Amino acid sequence: MQATAYARRARARARRRDFFHIFLIVAAFVIPIITVLMLYAIINASVDSIRAFGFKFLISTDWIPNPANGGPPSLGALPAIYGSIVTTVIALLLAVPVSLGVALFQAELAPSVLRAPSRFLVEMLAAVPSVVYGLWGLLFLVPFMRDYVNPQLKSALGFLPLFTGSTNGFGMLTAGVILAVMIIPYGSSIMREVIAAVPRSQREACIALGATSWETIRTSVIPFARTGIIAAIVLAMGRAIGETMAVTMVIGNVARISPSLFLPAETIPSVIANEFTEVAGNGVYLASLFELGLILFAIAFLMNFLGRVLITRLSFKAGRDIHV
Amino acid sequence: MIHMSNRATKRNIGKYAVIVIVVVAIIAAGFGYQALTSTNPTQSISQTMTGTATSGSSTQPQEAVSILGAGATFPAPLLQKWTVEYHNLYSSVTINYNPIGSGGGIQQITQKTVDFGASDAPLSDAQLRNATGLVLMPETLGGVAVTYNLVSFGIPNSTVLKFTGDVLAAIYMGNIQKWNDPALVSLNPGVPLPAQPITVVHRSDGSGTTYAFTDFLSAVNSDWKANVGRSTSVTWPVDKLATGVGGKGNAGVAGSVINTPGSIGYVDVIYAVGQHLGVGAVRNAAGNFIVPTVDTIRNAAAAATGTPDPNDLRLHIVNAAGDQSYPIATYTYILIYKDMSANPGTSPAKAKALAKFLWWAIHDGQKYAADLIYVPLPQNIVSADEHLLMSLTYQSQQLIAQ
Repeated sequence: MQATAYARRARARARRRDFFHIFLIVAAFVIPIITVLMLYAIINASVDSIRAFGFKFLISTDWIPNPANGGPPSLGALPAIYGSIVTTVIALLLAVPVSLGVALFQAELAPSVLRAPSRFLVEMLAAVPSVVYGLWGLLFLVPFMRDYVNPQLKSALGFLPLFTGSTNGFGMLTAGVILAVMIIPYGSSIMREVIAAVPRSQREACIALGATSWETIRTSVIPFARTGIIAAIVLAMGRAIGETMAVTMVIGNVARISPSLFLPAETIPSVIANEFTEVAGNGVYLASLFELGLILFAIAFLMNFLGRVLITRLSFKAGRDIHV
Repeated sequence: MIHMSNRATKRNIGKYAVIVIVVVAIIAAGFGYQALTSTNPTQSISQTMTGTATSGSSTQPQEAVSILGAGATFPAPLLQKWTVEYHNLYSSVTINYNPIGSGGGIQQITQKTVDFGASDAPLSDAQLRNATGLVLMPETLGGVAVTYNLVSFGIPNSTVLKFTGDVLAAIYMGNIQKWNDPALVSLNPGVPLPAQPITVVHRSDGSGTTYAFTDFLSAVNSDWKANVGRSTSVTWPVDKLATGVGGKGNAGVAGSVINTPGSIGYVDVIYAVGQHLGVGAVRNAAGNFIVPTVDTIRNAAAAATGTPDPNDLRLHIVNAAGDQSYPIATYTYILIYKDMSANPGTSPAKAKALAKFLWWAIHDGQKYAADLIYVPLPQNIVSADEHLLMSLTYQSQQLIAQ
């Protein structure tokens, strides 16, 4: 009697284990399958545009969806690709040092009274909806950049083509600044976690050798945490390049490539957001918006891949450093 | 830090609470300020109403039906008001309108996944060929205001600047680049126009507003017609000169104009009025400079169309005749199949209910237009719509009796 009850319980456990296995397998496959299906759907929807424009789509700067003479549209993605990359780079240049500083402060230097409020305030930035950032950008940041930041940059660094031309506040620099604010919480919270995960022994060894806190951070904390820091940057970059609403409201939405960061431009998500609602009955035009989505997919994939390569290389190096 | 004592946790909760309260207070103060400084736009524009008696639509549908529509965003507040009011009148009829944009509306009605669509711009012949039997019914109309910001150059928003179609075309093509251009100065004697560059703001998203504006410029300026044309989204010549800025939505354009000294833009009249922007007078076909109001837009609609053909209600009312007609305006349209059985999702009961709803919308429904600052349909269009609705069928059975 006792033995059968035991066997029954064992069978029930095995069933539960099997169920758990199946659940894990389904969970593991569903997301990749969704990604593949999405990719398939996007490629499928952009076939018309790929056929019509071919490789020219990537290098053309034309954006004439509805020509005056009623002819076929002439569309090129280069201004949008350029705008996406430039705004993302600006955002990273501004956000990475700040995020790292915030993370180091919170994990290493902050007195314990300040830690929780500082974390709370920075992470609250991530909870602000992007349309609110966009409105803030339109109503406050654009005039601020136009009246204070851009003229200063122009007078100090105007010899560079980056800081020339008339400035009305709408442009790539403003978009980059707003993106930087938006991605700081993502960067800093991951960086803080990886910095906090650096073993105490690392710091203690350094301090025992008489290092100052800055020397400790530079020589033992950051090298140990650098793969995690790169991962944080990759994640922040993904957030920046895909951001739509806030960028659309401050970038000026003009299909134009200019070296000056002051001038209006556009990004891939902003073009899609702007034009998707009113496209109708025009196969190539609609398909070209899907192709833009495909290009964004490709850029994001490439950046992720590069980030991973970097992480792998650095972790080998870090491994050597540590185990020597 | 991970194993915090209970007391420390409580202290932290206290800190969080203080922070939350401070932040909420700041935000609330901001909104309060906003509420104080903005006034209700519905008070600022004069209105007229259509109150025609309803005929033929008084019988209540028996079985419960649920009708689905999708399309333009511009008429969405009015359409949604209608669906609510109609449901209050006839509780068996539920209508859902999904404002996904004109393009989406055209696409969905063409693919017959909704019972009706809505579009701001009239459909092209090619678009109509894709959807055999689709007809357009104007349900309301709106005007486009030319707006500018020269406050910091000593010209308050209450100063009405005068524009002609040719001058607007030249500004949007980049041929006029400064506010003190001779063409602008001679139109506006006595106004101290500054020697400032013009920042030209346009819509970055496709819209019926852009359609109406470019339709007007195409009608009055042959250069514009040949090089830019009329469409819900065009390739703006000023963008190539880096003097153009695109704003998303009416709010984006209005916000850009408010924030950029020396800018010019175009928005739906409701936005210009609501935001207290400078609104320009535009020269109409009769040579008068007209400011957009509900009345002047309605004049244009009535004067431009005469007795329209109910079989093709795609109407152009830009640059309309009439002394007091505002020249930049457009109808916005409901899209339905003339034989509603063409749409497999539309049952006979739905077809009947939809036809009756539309009949109600062009009569009793028009009184809600005024509250939401839409322009009620002029009488000649109401008659044309009546003819159209009476010609609707379901498998050759008329849906609305005479």
